[in-house]
Parts: sequence; structure tokens; C-alpha cells
Amino acid sequence: MAITSIKNLKEFSTNNDRFEGAHTLCPGCAHSMIVRELMNCTDDNLVISANTGCLEVSTAVYPFTSWDTSWIHIGFENAATSVTAAEVMHKVRKKKGTLKDGDAPVKFVAFGGDGSTFDIGFQWLSGAMERGHDFTYICLDNENYANTGGQRSSATPIGATTSTSVAGTHSYGKKEKKKDIVSIMAAHGSPYVAQLAPNKWKMMAKGFQKALETEGPCFINTVSPCCTEWKFDPKDTINITDLAVDSLMFPMYEIIDGHELNILYRPKNILKVEDYLGAQGRYKHLFKPEYKHIIEKIQSDIDEDWARLQRREEARV
Amino acid sequence: MAVEFEVNEREVWDGNYAASQALRQADVDVVVAYPITPSTPIVENYGSYVGNGYIDGEFIMVESEHAAMSGCIGASAAGGRVSTATSSQGFALMVEVLYQASGMRLPIVLNVVNRALAAPLNVRGDHADMYLGRDSGWLQASAFNAQEAYDLALCAFRIAENHSVRLPMMVHQDGFITSHTAQNVYPLSNEAAKKFVGVIDPVDDMLDFSRPVTYGAQTEEDWHFEHKAKQHKAIMDSVGVIEDVFAEFKELTGREYKRIETYDMEDADVCVIGLGSTVESARVAAKEMRKEGVKAGVVAIRVFRPFPYEEVREALKGCKSIAVTDRSSPGGAMGAFYNEVAAAMMTSKSRPLVTNYIYGLGGRDLSIENIKTIFKEQQANADAGYITTDIQQFTNLRGPKLGFFKTERN
Repeated sequence: MAITSIKNLKEFSTNNDRFEGAHTLCPGCAHSMIVRELMNCTDDNLVISANTGCLEVSTAVYPFTSWDTSWIHIGFENAATSVTAAEVMHKVRKKKGTLKDGDAPVKFVAFGGDGSTFDIGFQWLSGAMERGHDFTYICLDNENYANTGGQRSSATPIGATTSTSVAGTHSYGKKEKKKDIVSIMAAHGSPYVAQLAPNKWKMMAKGFQKALETEGPCFINTVSPCCTEWKFDPKDTINITDLAVDSLMFPMYEIIDGHELNILYRPKNILKVEDYLGAQGRYKHLFKPEYKHIIEKIQSDIDEDWARLQRREEARV
Repeated sequence: MAVEFEVNEREVWDGNYAASQALRQADVDVVVAYPITPSTPIVENYGSYVGNGYIDGEFIMVESEHAAMSGCIGASAAGGRVSTATSSQGFALMVEVLYQASGMRLPIVLNVVNRALAAPLNVRGDHADMYLGRDSGWLQASAFNAQEAYDLALCAFRIAENHSVRLPMMVHQDGFITSHTAQNVYPLSNEAAKKFVGVIDPVDDMLDFSRPVTYGAQTEEDWHFEHKAKQHKAIMDSVGVIEDVFAEFKELTGREYKRIETYDMEDADVCVIGLGSTVESARVAAKEMRKEGVKAGVVAIRVFRPFPYEEVREALKGCKSIAVTDRSSPGGAMGAFYNEVAAAMMTSKSRPLVTNYIYGLGGRDLSIENIKTIFKEQQANADAGYITTDIQQFTNLRGPKLGFFKTERN
């Protein structure tokens, strides 16, 4: 794989532009940053699939497309299946000599939002991971069904208000903890899984490159702050991402071959989770005295998870 | 290079084996499948051809039928020849993606081994699954025996992949009656089959990076209607290609296929019109009725989509009373096939009597005697000049007679 220089952000962001800026994602949406990072971190040909979701509805509205590469969307749940079957077809056609350019390197990548990854497409993703196809699945995790008006998904954290887990006089919002998708994917025996964030763009590009270079099914969960549903000013997307990773709400780490865990980012000053929660409208109600215990719970969950990650890193199991 | 699989001039194959041999000879690149009774042996056999080197393609066994058709779409968009098989609940699970396959104009060939839909759970044959997909935008052909399941599968690749068609195609065969009954089948030689089916020439190839393509775009009220209208037109316009491929196949094998198949219809007063293996029983019954002095004929639908309205009208125009047989629970209406035949006859000058028989649900037999009773009732209608029974009747049902809808034409 020819690798584009990732030392200089300006150079990196304009190199090999296969994702057009003309799309209808919300101003301040992190999805396009993440997608652009993926597409700019390799010079190989790309076959990309997308589940139904914000990315899909905003980048392929007939008669326009933002994708200057092969791209397919079928339904809400099956991007992992469509792209991996294309990967198999590539192998067969390469063997039979029916490809136009059989020697050109190709990478197969699926994108899904957290709704399609954690919930409705979970089976299709699990099946594709189990079959061991050579592809990378990237979850654009904005912790809700943002495309359809901000309903809760199983990626929504405890305490967040959404349009189907409404905080009010009798509720503090979502009651359940976020599903640990990264561990579930690692447990599939994936050779490379990671959780990455677009504010640490070099780290993200390196993680993407590692996934693309690794043979087999790789999974990356990326935090993608959603100004519309998290309720913050669109100019603050990267600031919110900074708070997410510095409070360890989104720790950045990778797991190689299901056991070798490496923490990719250790904040110099670990922030209190209030700093992260207080910057978003979806957690505003938690600052009422009656819901103080929820903030405490979120903080203690973060502390426990961070301790667990460090123990796993050390133990290599 | 694949190892040569030897076939004899005459083989004893069941419908499933025949269909799987067609997939082998068509040199299908990728089969994405999830097994379900009674279609399972089709994909199992393809898997064994891969496992033993008889084919250079790949078999992907996925985790559900929804994923199977999703994979077929991805593989087909990646420019190769793609096929799969399913039945019943598996077909039902695929439905969402069937519409996507046809909307994206991908030439996938789906072998459907027809089986009832639960509840109650039932593994035997009826046409509930076929009916469930009738508006899915796929071309659909019906095989009445193992030979036809083989022949039509080969023809389906030619039709679907033709550049003026570019639509997926289903080949239906009846669960167990056709799929599991070993019969004489006369296959083409490997060489002749390969030559007949030819090599796929993909249209919008995702693996041709010199010309990037976007599959599965969104259209709202501004363009969706035009896309669906174009798709319908493509289905309607496929008739010429279907007929050409059938003609070429006849030249090669001597076996003739038409969009509708008629039997003793030249002077028929009464007629049974049907789909699937029942057609062969109906022909036997018609022959016996002729001996009893009833001018009986049979019309069979070979190509269910595009529906052959004009041909049906033409074939039935001299008839006085017609029995349309539906092998699917009508769910509070006339049988779907009845509605189509009745619509065709509504626009004919002769306006014959048209009745509806629901039969064979969940694999219930339809005997020669049952069909003869149907013919006799048609003769009674023809003699009276009106429908003498309920318009819709359930045939060979336990318990008291069940019928619905009364005629006004008496």
C-alpha cells in the first residue's frame, strides 16, 4: 500500500480527494472528517459500503454523489455483507483474470453509524467478522439515531436524553449503559480493533492504515460528536472531542488479535466528566441536584473502565 | 482451472440437483446462501463443486437469508455472475433486499423452491413465497419438473444479464414434488451449456476503478417515480429477450418454452389455468375429461413476471368457463393469480366465466380426481351460462365445503 504523508494536516487533507466536500451533512458533523481521513490515508483503490444513516443520506442523493470511488448502499443493516461479498468476488475475478486491472491493490471498507452497528446491523457485522473477510468496518459512533431525529441506540450512554429516552420529571434519560462494542468485536477473534477519535487525527490515520494493512476483518469505533443531537455549537466539534478523550469518556486504544491491548492516548490531565457532560445540552438535566448520583455513576464507570483497560494492557490477555 | 465434471446424455436428477448443475455449468462466480428446506441441496451441491474443484467460484455461507441476498447484491455489483437459492421463511426474510436487487438492476438468479409460509410451520410446497415476491421487480419463471428447473436456470442467466434487461430473475420449482423427485433429465454437455450461457459482461462494475460507480443512491419525490417507472418498463420490455433466449434454447435442445404453455386449448370450452407441478396433473385430468366428452384444456403460466396478459387473453378467449388455481392462502381476497387472469379476461370481448380454486396449501395433494371435479364444475357453469358455485372455493379441504363470493351473472 502506498501511504500518503500524514505529517502535515494541510497536505494530508487535500491529498487524494476521493470524498467531495459537496454533501449535506450538518455543519460541524464529524462524519466527514473521519471519512476523509480514511480515504486520504491510502492510495489504494477503495470499495466502500455504507449502512443507511446520516452519512449515506447526505452523500448520495440522486443525481449527485460525493464518492469518487466505488460505493454501495443497500439497507440499514447490511454494509458489512455487501462489501465482504464484493471482496470475495474480487478474489474470484482476480483468479479467473476477468478484472480490468487485476494487479491494482484494493481495500474494502464498510461504514455504519452506531444504530446500524450496535443494533440493527449487529448480526450482519458479526457474521462478516466471523467469516474472516479481508475488510475494515468503521463505526461512526454519534451515540444515537441522528438521521431520524435522535432516538436512543444501544450506543447511547446512560443519562443522555434522546427522543425515545426522554429526561423529565420522572426520568434522567437513558437508563442503560452503552454496549461495549469494541470488546465484542475483539472477542470475534478480529486481528485488529480500535477506538479512535478525529481530534487526534494522526493517531486516527495510523489506526486506519493499520486496519487496512492487516489481513482479515478489522473493526474501528470512532467517536463522531453530533452537534445536532448532542446539542452544542457546530464550531465546537473538535473541542467536544477533546473533552471526550481527555475525560476518558472515549478512551483511545487498540486490541491486536483479541488480547494485545495498547492504550493509544493517555491524557496528561484527566478531566472530570462534568466538563464533558456540561458542554452538551443532552446532559443538561443531570446537573439538577436530584440527578447528581447519575453523574457520579458515570464518573465511577469511567474510572473502572480506565482501570480495566490498564490492567488488560499490562496483562496481555 | 476447474476439474471436469462428467455428465451423461441422460441423468436421473431431482429438481434441486438439476438446478445446482445449472449453476455449475453456468460457471457462477459467487453463491451467497443460507440453507433452508427444501432448497438446501442446491447450495450444498454448489458448495461441494467448489470443495472438489469442479468450479472456480466461491461459496459464501452467511448467517441469514437477508445476508444471503445482501451478499448477492454486493457480489453482483462487483461485476461477476451471482446466484443463490431459498424457500419460504428464507424468502420472506430476503424480501427487503429483493426489492433492492431489482432496483439496482443487478442480474442475480434466484432459485426458489416453493414452500408454505408459517404459521403454522410447514415445510411442504405451496406458492406463498412466490406470491410474496410478486411485486418485487424480479423476472419470474415457473418450472414444472426437474428438467425445466435445469433448463430455465440456464436461460435465466442469459435473460437477466442481457444488457437491455439487467434485471434479477427467479426460477420457481415446487418444494419436494419437483425439488426432491428424481426424474430423467437431459442436461447439455458442459461445453454446450458454457457456450449457451456465455460470459457475463458487467455494466456498472464496482471493480472497474477507472469509472467509479455509486450504487444505492437515494431518490425522493423528484426522481423515485421515474426510476420505478423505468424499472417497470424494463420488466415489460424483457419479453423480446425472453422469447429470443427460449428460441435459441429450442434450437440447441429441441425443448420449447413459451411464456404461457397451452394444452388442448384449440377447441376447449372449459379450462384450468395454473402454475407449477400441478400443471402436469391438470393435463392428465384434461385428457381424461376429453374421453368423457368434455372439451377440457389447460393453460400454464411459464413466465409469471412479466405477466403474459395478452397471451392469457388470447389463449382463453374461446373458453366458456375458466378455473384459476391459486396455491396460496388468499388472506381475505380472491387469489392473486385469479385477479390477474380475471383482469386479463375482463378486457376480452368474450368475457368468459372465471372462478377461483384455492388448493394445495402446505403440500396438500391435488389429485387427478380433484381436478376432474373442477373441470366438471366448469362444464356445469358453461352449460348454465353463469357460475353455479361460489366464485372462490377451497379444494380438497377437510370438513364442510368452504367457498366465498357469489356471482351476479346469472
